[in-house]
Amino acid sequence: MTGLKLFRLIVWGAVAVAGGLFLGLSGLMPGQQRGQPAITSAGIAAIGGPFKLTSHNGEPFDNARLAGKPYLAFFGFTHCPDICPTTLFELTELMTELGAATDRFNVIFITVDPERDTQELLAGYMTSFDERIVALRGTQEETDAVVKAFAAFARKVPLEGGQYTMDHTAGVYLMDAEGKFAGMLDMHEPRKTRLQKLRRLAGGNT
Amino acid sequence: MAACAGLAMLAAPSAAHDYKIGSIRVIHPWSRATPPVVPVAGGYLRLINLGEEPDRLLAVSSEIAEKVELHESTVTDGIARMRPLPGGLTINAGETVELKLGQAHIMFIKPIRPLKEGERFEATLLFEKAGSLMIEFMVQGMGAQPAGKSGHEGHGAPPQ
Repeated sequence: MTGLKLFRLIVWGAVAVAGGLFLGLSGLMPGQQRGQPAITSAGIAAIGGPFKLTSHNGEPFDNARLAGKPYLAFFGFTHCPDICPTTLFELTELMTELGAATDRFNVIFITVDPERDTQELLAGYMTSFDERIVALRGTQEETDAVVKAFAAFARKVPLEGGQYTMDHTAGVYLMDAEGKFAGMLDMHEPRKTRLQKLRRLAGGNT
Repeated sequence: MAACAGLAMLAAPSAAHDYKIGSIRVIHPWSRATPPVVPVAGGYLRLINLGEEPDRLLAVSSEIAEKVELHESTVTDGIARMRPLPGGLTINAGETVELKLGQAHIMFIKPIRPLKEGERFEATLLFEKAGSLMIEFMVQGMGAQPAGKSGHEGHGAPPQ
């Protein structure tokens, strides 16, 4: 009798633990969905979490550096002939046009290809764009973590001859002063719309 | 002095920047200025097949880069992708094919030097039927769009 009771207790205990573990895990899962930002109950995407990277000038750069100011984040790589340089160039032009309002937000370019995008390469590459844009790279682990934090998409695609290319999120993330996701900037939308979005993000009447 | 004269001659622009071989017309090959350190550069142009049969752009070669490939960029569901076009690019009879920003393009891999606005460089296009054709790419500004885009392309704007 006592033996059977004990056995039942153990079995039900195990079920409870497994069930609890399952519920607990499933609660932690949303960040794992690729490409789809997790939506919280408030309807605000939980993206832009903590990250730790290094700037193209070699300085450590984490999310704390961006605190208190809105920012733009773009994921790309330098072995990208048009979308990446075009986006960085257009951001440069938008920043020039916005004038003083530009100083009210930060702009970061995160490489999804840390293997080929060395700090030296990024430093040379960034001389062509607005000097306020900071290029960031990390180890593969740090890169994976920041991609996940933004629910961004980045995937290495092997090509012939041992080469590879990267698939990556094309749009630019708009993050508000509290570090919350505030929308995306699409380089295909009219320039006027992009300027409006940036002015709204920067705040003020400029 | 002689070298200067030579350079001046090289720099003289040809009146209409387009080419023809067989049934294929090649219009305005251009590239964009690159950052000082850059692993790749794009090449863009328009191809018109005036003939009765399809032709294919098989390959491009140029001394400006270690390697030249045909690629295609797409943005689908917010994801940017780029893939080689190993079979080349077909231009059907009577059709126009554009190699342009964000779509099919020529990829200059490891350019031997940065490309500067205003310069030109040579390349050879190899077509399946029309054969090979030497052309010059014009290097435009980094934010450049194809010449004439604002004037008469796309949205039904009347030609100037």
